[in-house]
Amino acid sequence: MTDSRTSRVDENSDVVIRVRGLTMGFDDFVLMRDLDFDVRRGEIFVILGGSGSGKSTLLKHMIGLYQPLAGHIWVADADIAAADGAQREAILRRVGVMYQMGALFGSMTLLENVRLPLEVHTELPLEAMDAIARARLQLVGLGAFADFMPSEISGGMQKRAAIARAMVLDPEVLFLDEPSAGLDPITSADLDRLIQRLARTLDMTIVIVSHELASVFAIADRVIMLDKESQGIAAEGDPATLRDTSNHPWVQRFLRRTDSDEERPA
Amino acid sequence: MVVAEGQSVSLPGEWFPGPGCGYHDRTFSASHAMDSTAAGAEHPFEYDATAEPGPRLRLAGRLDVHAVERHWGPLRRRARELIRQGQGMGAVSVDLDGVEYCDGAGAALLHALEQDLATGGVEVRFEGMGRMVREQLAPYRELESVEPARGVHGRGWWPGLLDGIDRVGEAAHSQFSFVGELTRAIGSSLRHPRQVRWGDTLRVAEAAGFQALPIVSLIAFLLGVILAFQSAIAMRQFGGEIFVANLVAVSLFRELGPLMMAILLAGRSGAAFAAEIGTMKVNEEVNALKTMGLDPMRFLVLPKVLAGLLVAPLLALYANMIGLIGAAVVMQGFGIPWVAFFNQVTSALTLSDLFSGLAKAVVFGLVVAGVGCLRGLQTGSGAASVGLSTTSAVVTSIILIVVLDGVFAVLFYHLGI
Repeated sequence: MTDSRTSRVDENSDVVIRVRGLTMGFDDFVLMRDLDFDVRRGEIFVILGGSGSGKSTLLKHMIGLYQPLAGHIWVADADIAAADGAQREAILRRVGVMYQMGALFGSMTLLENVRLPLEVHTELPLEAMDAIARARLQLVGLGAFADFMPSEISGGMQKRAAIARAMVLDPEVLFLDEPSAGLDPITSADLDRLIQRLARTLDMTIVIVSHELASVFAIADRVIMLDKESQGIAAEGDPATLRDTSNHPWVQRFLRRTDSDEERPA
Repeated sequence: MVVAEGQSVSLPGEWFPGPGCGYHDRTFSASHAMDSTAAGAEHPFEYDATAEPGPRLRLAGRLDVHAVERHWGPLRRRARELIRQGQGMGAVSVDLDGVEYCDGAGAALLHALEQDLATGGVEVRFEGMGRMVREQLAPYRELESVEPARGVHGRGWWPGLLDGIDRVGEAAHSQFSFVGELTRAIGSSLRHPRQVRWGDTLRVAEAAGFQALPIVSLIAFLLGVILAFQSAIAMRQFGGEIFVANLVAVSLFRELGPLMMAILLAGRSGAAFAAEIGTMKVNEEVNALKTMGLDPMRFLVLPKVLAGLLVAPLLALYANMIGLIGAAVVMQGFGIPWVAFFNQVTSALTLSDLFSGLAKAVVFGLVVAGVGCLRGLQTGSGAASVGLSTTSAVVTSIILIVVLDGVFAVLFYHLGI
């Protein structure tokens, strides 16, 4: 059920990711059925949903880690689920992914972690790769910590370093899995500003999996809300508009943070 | 479908019904920074440098990572030439008006240019800098005033030596502490056997002992075969093939059985203990145990050490038997019947041969399990440190086994065992 399609991004702007008829799950267990949505160029697109609703699973389908049970996910110019090795690699070079736990390599310094995609995908001289990696770390506020090991910095700093690594190749689409989870409000707000800066000034399309409402209301251009019960999209649109206009009781409870017995505020 | 660079891709109309969608107009393949030729074919990066009327660099097109790959060296060399030509001018203009795209690599090149020229005492004036270039360049400029949070170079040999001594001291301290705590835990388990987690102990014993039987069987059988075969060839020259039974039995029971079993136990179970406890340490499960009031020594280490003590002599005994069978099979080929071979074995072996070997096996079992647990508990953080702990557990165990074997040899000789 789609409630709204309001967005700050022009409806006619380029579609970067197109999902049609996506059914996802594992073997006989179906998590979501017939998902249809588009992600447009330059927007901050948030996948919302309760715990266990399949947000991270959807993201993993969008980056080709999981195969859908049915349906298509067009990323770049190809159906990523059907893409072969070379084509999949070409698509994945154009996206950056930050995983929920950061997934930094523990045996490498932050600088080496961020430099790694450049070493793999470019033929730049080491001096240039170092400069780019240090600048990316500075962009996320970690310029002074380039020579630290991941184990020597906090969880929030690890997430920021992971974002620096995800965007070091200037990807067109940046996927962020729970970027604000577990962060203090100030660090979380800093991260929100960084995400907005990337989208607005570097023209990145950003797809975020989250259930941090403060962050979602602050940065999201558009959200889809996955509902575990109906196994589909409960609502799609601008989060503030959804909160004010949606008639869907679960959407209301979710966006207003009310428990199931509480009356909807007037 | 492989997309050639610079080629637009036709997609099913159902998905991309035309200009409204925008895919055909601005596809990923046609316009992105990481797709060099596609982008470059339409708007190639180019630059020119002029010395008159003043030194001036003009950059245009897509300043992306592929352009930087090609021009990182040449462009900077050209800029340095400009400095030489324009000495006394004091400034170089860099015209960025034609730059339509700049990624992080492009900004790195601009910043390197800026620094090259500044090193030559020349001021750089960027003209026509767009929003994207300014945003990409900002972190490079901020970095100029950032001090590393920790110095990484030039610590000198003296602080390094002190650190090294410190580390050795800490390692020795933690090992002595571990041995002390383990001894106390074993003593406590003897006084209060009901406090021992016997379920865990039996589970570990099954994994380290019963499940190791196939590999122990294979290695022990082959060891017996090889030992018998090699010695039988030599013995045959003197007509003393029957004494191969003495040689194989004594060397297996006193030396090779326990030694081989211990090395297998170290590689198989010691490494597993280190990896398991190390992963628990990384995931803070060990801290969780402590905060719940559970002693990791009693909860994690003791079951593994007791299991090691239990299975090591049994595995050694089993290895001895299988080794003898292997030797007996070979001796069939040399005309020594089964009965004669085993009769010779029983006459050659004494109880002290059997028990000295089993005593060594008990100690080896204790060492392998203890070292595995110690290295697990010493694990730092991150996946790499689990790997280091596992390696260290196996290497330390094998070194200690060989050293202790030598100590036992000298000890048994002087005790007349």
